[in-house]
Amino acid sequence: MKKQTTHEIYGLMAEFKTADELLKAAHRTKDAGYTRIDAFSPFPIEGLREALGFHRTKLPAIVLCGGILGGCAGFFLQYYAAVISYPINVGGRPLNSWPAFIPITFEMTILFAAAAAVFGMLALNGLPTPYHPVFNVPRFALASRDRFFLCIKARDPLFDPENTRRFMDTLEAREVCEIEP
Amino acid sequence: MADSPSDKLAEQMASEPILGPGYDIGSVSDKISAIVMIRKPPKWWILGFAGAFALVMMLLYAVTYLFAVGVGIWGITIPIGWGFAIINFVWWIGIGHAGTLISAILLLLRQQWRTSINRFAEAMTLFAVACAGVFPLIHMGRPWLAYWLFPYPDTMKMWPNFRSPLVWDAFAVSTYATVSALFWYIGLLPDLATLRDRSKKRPAKIIYGLLAMGWRGSATHWYRHETASLLLAGLATPLVLSVHTIVSFDFAFSIVPGWHATIFPPYFVAGAIYAGFAMVLTLTIPVRKIFGLEDFITMKHLDNMGKVLLATGLIVGYGYMMEAFSAFYSGNTYERYMIMNRMGGPYAAFYWCLVACNIVTPQFLWSRKVRSNVVALFAIAMVVNVGMWLERFVIVVTSLHRDFMPSAWGMYYPTRWDFMTFFGTIGLFLALLFLFIRFLPLISIFEMRALVTEEEKKAAE
Repeated sequence: MKKQTTHEIYGLMAEFKTADELLKAAHRTKDAGYTRIDAFSPFPIEGLREALGFHRTKLPAIVLCGGILGGCAGFFLQYYAAVISYPINVGGRPLNSWPAFIPITFEMTILFAAAAAVFGMLALNGLPTPYHPVFNVPRFALASRDRFFLCIKARDPLFDPENTRRFMDTLEAREVCEIEP
Repeated sequence: MADSPSDKLAEQMASEPILGPGYDIGSVSDKISAIVMIRKPPKWWILGFAGAFALVMMLLYAVTYLFAVGVGIWGITIPIGWGFAIINFVWWIGIGHAGTLISAILLLLRQQWRTSINRFAEAMTLFAVACAGVFPLIHMGRPWLAYWLFPYPDTMKMWPNFRSPLVWDAFAVSTYATVSALFWYIGLLPDLATLRDRSKKRPAKIIYGLLAMGWRGSATHWYRHETASLLLAGLATPLVLSVHTIVSFDFAFSIVPGWHATIFPPYFVAGAIYAGFAMVLTLTIPVRKIFGLEDFITMKHLDNMGKVLLATGLIVGYGYMMEAFSAFYSGNTYERYMIMNRMGGPYAAFYWCLVACNIVTPQFLWSRKVRSNVVALFAIAMVVNVGMWLERFVIVVTSLHRDFMPSAWGMYYPTRWDFMTFFGTIGLFLALLFLFIRFLPLISIFEMRALVTEEEKKAAE
């Protein structure tokens, strides 16, 4: 008799013992046509994001924009103060003393670029995330210690509770379990 | 063909490990997080923190009395308008630079040996910058107007003098503090997640959980995290160089003999790295002994730090020689007198002590035997710490106390309030360090896991 699963799950999670096992499994999952997949590890693994189909991040562009903004802001602040707002005639020297403005412009560039890197990284990663379904998997705490996880989300167009589960069973994982939403 | 002694030595050096044997990613994570996950802090921690806290109370007392009465309680006078405050400020900022060098520059140079020391070094940077920041605020004649250093639109339409190195300093040090804090925090994120997952008690879980921001180790997150870390390292490197350069401009942009020298920026930056590595050694050696971390912070690390200390010590020594040479070569009466006064005047003892501490002592580090002797390294590092403080003393006081006009010459005698403030900031530094080692992982856990994996792969080949 076929059992009817009426409750929604977030996806299926497979646990692996080593990084290489996870990498192989990720490749096979992507080759099988799944797109909404994610992998979790206690440290960054080379080649994993490509295996998941993720190639470039917008972060460097964001940092560049932040830096340019900071540089312009820093220079404009000094220019405005020295040339427009309160110009002071010091022995006829140029009001727009741009060599003297370089240190602060440089510092502001670095400051804004660094802030863009940090807050950009957090924003792109969607952090802080107060709640995420993957934490409902009991052994997931080991993802921050020494285990590696692969998840196929239910949102994936190819996702089917039984077929996907059967596919994941072939990945040689230690365990495959459901992720409660 | 027999192995020559230098071949043998090179082989020995290449094979010295940066990680002890027998660790996997689980045990390395456990060992480091176990230091934090304790029920009660050990007795030595309580005593140490109590001592440091007492020094912080002394700092607060000294600063309160200062704000109530004024900077006259210090030893500064005419002509020595700058004393301990600027000396300590430059000393602390210099110490901070080694942390950023280890975190940022060694990351860019792909030096694996930075892995086990960079978290602690970066924390040291943050706390050193915090201590440094105390001095510009308190040394003002009117500290309640400290906010005038920053540009804000005011009703008087006044702005800070953007052409002044002192204002550049305000921006540089603020940027340095902010960027260091941001870099340190995002490096901590994955480790905070580890602590969150390992905490047994509910309050600890919640606090670490909030701080970890829900980090789950997703592959795309790691990628962006690595990208951000590399970019921050690339930004922090010129920042470190620029901050101490701007601090050197506080002196170099004046006309005071002994200050107005173009050698100052590289001389100060090298001196900062020198002082900073000495402090890193001073702190790392006891910490690795107390927590049994010799497998993570190995003799190779201490050896490398000793080499950096030697190299920067040589650069600083070169700086001293160039200073003396340029003073004579310039033919300028005032410059020549300045250097004669340093060597033979009332503060000559400080100058020669400085030469002994900073030029003579590091020469022992040429010897491999000395670099592998932990006690010797510690002793040399302490001597360099003192020597670098003396250097700033000599630069500030000997140049100011006798400059152009003999009728304006004077002497600088620091008061008890000067000393209380200085040792108080040392207490603040230690107190922050004690808190750090109690509540946060002092070695970067996720980077150690990656290192263990790489070492395993190398061993398997």
